[in-house]
Amino acid sequence: MSNKKRKQQVVFWIIRLMTLGVVGVLCWILGFLIVKGAGAISWEFLTGYPSGGMTEGGILPAIAGTLSLVAGSIAVAFPVGVFSGIYTSEYAPNNKIVRLLRIMTNNLAGIPSIVFGLFGMSLFVNTLGFGDSIIAGSLTLGLLVLPLVIRTTEEALNAVPQTFRQASYALGATKVQTIRRVVLPMAFPNIMTGLILSVGRVSGETAPILFTVAAYFLPRLPRSLSDQVMALPYHLYVLATSGTDIEASRPMAYGTALVLILIVLIINVLAGLIRARFTKRMN
Amino acid sequence: MKKIVELCVRNVLFVSAAVTTLAIVLIVIFLFRQGVGLFARPAVEEGFSLVVSAGNPVKKLTPQQVKLIFDGDVDNWSFLGGSHEPIEIYRWNEEIPVMNERSIAFIPTQYVSSLPGVRTVDMGRISPGDYFGGREWFPTSQPVPLFGVLPLLAGTLWVSLAAILFALPFGLAIAIYMAELAPKRIHGILKPVIELLAGIPSVVYGFFGLVVLVPLIQKSMNLPVGETAFAGAVVLAIMALPTIVTVAADALRTVPKAAREASLALGASQMQTIFRVTIPYCASGILAAVVLGIGRAVGETMAVLMVTGNAAIIPDSLFKPVRTIPATIAAELGEAPAGGAHYQALFMLGIILFFITLLISISVEIMSSRKRRQEI
Repeated sequence: MSNKKRKQQVVFWIIRLMTLGVVGVLCWILGFLIVKGAGAISWEFLTGYPSGGMTEGGILPAIAGTLSLVAGSIAVAFPVGVFSGIYTSEYAPNNKIVRLLRIMTNNLAGIPSIVFGLFGMSLFVNTLGFGDSIIAGSLTLGLLVLPLVIRTTEEALNAVPQTFRQASYALGATKVQTIRRVVLPMAFPNIMTGLILSVGRVSGETAPILFTVAAYFLPRLPRSLSDQVMALPYHLYVLATSGTDIEASRPMAYGTALVLILIVLIINVLAGLIRARFTKRMN
Repeated sequence: MKKIVELCVRNVLFVSAAVTTLAIVLIVIFLFRQGVGLFARPAVEEGFSLVVSAGNPVKKLTPQQVKLIFDGDVDNWSFLGGSHEPIEIYRWNEEIPVMNERSIAFIPTQYVSSLPGVRTVDMGRISPGDYFGGREWFPTSQPVPLFGVLPLLAGTLWVSLAAILFALPFGLAIAIYMAELAPKRIHGILKPVIELLAGIPSVVYGFFGLVVLVPLIQKSMNLPVGETAFAGAVVLAIMALPTIVTVAADALRTVPKAAREASLALGASQMQTIFRVTIPYCASGILAAVVLGIGRAVGETMAVLMVTGNAAIIPDSLFKPVRTIPATIAAELGEAPAGGAHYQALFMLGIILFFITLLISISVEIMSSRKRRQEI
C-alpha cells in the first residue's frame, strides 16, 4: 500500500515539476526580453523615427502602422464576427447548413497565417488592385481573426441563461428586441474580451502582412488607407535578420520585442479583468 | 413592419455567418488560380530554349540532368546516352554562340532559327511528378529551375513531429495538473500563464530563439551552425504547448465524475484513476489535442524561418539546417516575379499547406463528433 502511495507521490511530483518547468520557460523568455529591452526603451525610442540604417532612432512609424492595422482589421472582423456569432448561437436551426458553417469557421481558424498572406496578396493586392496597402492588410488580418471573434461571441451568448430570453418573450418582446435589449447587453463584456484578444493577435502577426502591407523602411506616418506602413512584428523580423548592420541594430530589436511583449501583457491583463467581472455578474 | 425587420436582421446575420465559408471557398479558388498554371509551363525558362547540334543523339533531357550539365557535374555526353564527347556549355550572354557537335546552348527562342544545324532539346513541361516527387528545390537555378517539394515537405514534417514529441509530455503533464491536481489558486495562476504563452507573437519567439537558443545549441552541441531543425522544434514545442494544454485539459474535464468515483471506490489510487480511467475515457480528445498541436506547428512561419537555417535539403539529422514549407513561402515570395513559374510554385506550396491543415481540421472534427456520440 505504501509502495503504491509512494509511486503516486513520485509521479505527481514529476507532473508538478514539468508544469513548473514550463512556467520557468515563460519567465525566462519574458525576463530575458524585459531585461535586454528595458535599456532600449525611452521616450525618443517610442516617438522617434528610425535612422542610421535602423541602428538608432525610434519605432514610431511601426507603432502607428500596427495601430492602423489593428483598427482596420477590427473594423472588418468585429461586426461580421459578432453578427455571425449571434446567428449561430441565437438563430441557427440545428441542421446541416449550420453544421457546415461551424466546420468552415473551425477550418478557417486552422489555416496557417502564411496562407492568409498568399490569399490576401492574390485577392486584395493584385485582383482587386488595392496594392500593398493598409486596406489590403486589414482585410487579410480581419479574415484571420474572424474565427476568434465568432467563437468568443458564441461563448458569451451561450453563457446568458435561457431564462432571461424566456422572460423577455413572455413580456411580448420580439426576437430582435430580446437579443438587442437583453442578451447582447449581458454578453457584451465577454464579447469585448474576444475583441481585445483579436487586437493582441493582429498586432503580433507577421506572415499575413509580409506581402499585403508591410514596408521594410518607411519613416513617415500613414496618411491614407492605400499607404504602405511599417509594422512592429515585421520591423522586429527585419531588425533581427536583415538589417544593414544586425549587431548594431540589436538594441533596437530588443526594444521592439519588448514593446510587442508589453502589448500582449496589457491585452491579457485587460481580457482577464473583464472576464473576471463578467463571471461575477453572471453569478 | 416588425416582421420585416425581423426577417432583414435574420438575413443580415446569416450572410455574416456565411463569410467564413465564403472566405474558404475564395482561398481555394485563388490559391489554385495562381498555382496550377505551374503545370502548363515549359520546364525551360519562358522565351528561352536549350539547343544542341542537329546530329546529337540526345533527344530528351530531364531538368535534373540539365542542372548537372550546367553545374559542371556531368561533362560528357556519354553519361546522357550520347557519344563519348566532352560537353561544351554556352550560357546566354547577349551574343549568339558558335555551335559544334559537342555544345549545348541556352539561348532566347527567337534566335534558334538563325543558328544553322541545331535542334531544340525537348524538355517537356513541369510535371506534377517532378514537383511532388522532386528531391531538389532550386527555384532560381538557370537554365532550368528545379521545383521538388520533398525536401520542404520533409523539413516541415521533421520539425513539426519533433516539436510535438517535445511538447506532448509537458502538455499532458500540465493538462493533468490543471484538471486533476491543482488547487484552485494555482489553477488561477496557470491559466493566464498558458494564455500568455499563446499570446506571444511568433516573431518574438523567433527572435528569442535566434538570440538565445541558437547560440546555446551551437555551443552545447558543438555544431558548425546553431540554426537547425532542433532549434525550430524547440521553439515550435513552446508555441504548440498552449494548444495541446487547452484542448487536453478540456477533454479531461469532460470525463464524468461518476467514472472517477467508481474507480476510487474500487480502491484505485488517484494516479491509477487518472491513468487507467480518466485518460482512456477521453483518449479521442487528447488525440485531438495532439493533432491540433501538429497543425499549429506545421503552419507556423516566422519563428521557424528565423531559427531553422533554411537549407532546402532532405534532413538526415535533427541537428542540420532545414527549410519548411511556410518558411519557404515567406522567404521567397517577395523575390519571385509575379506570375512566373517560381511564384506559381510557391502558391502550389500554399495549396499543399492548405490541404494539410484541412485534413487536420477534418480529423479533429471526426474525433470530436465521435466523442459526442459516445456521450449520448
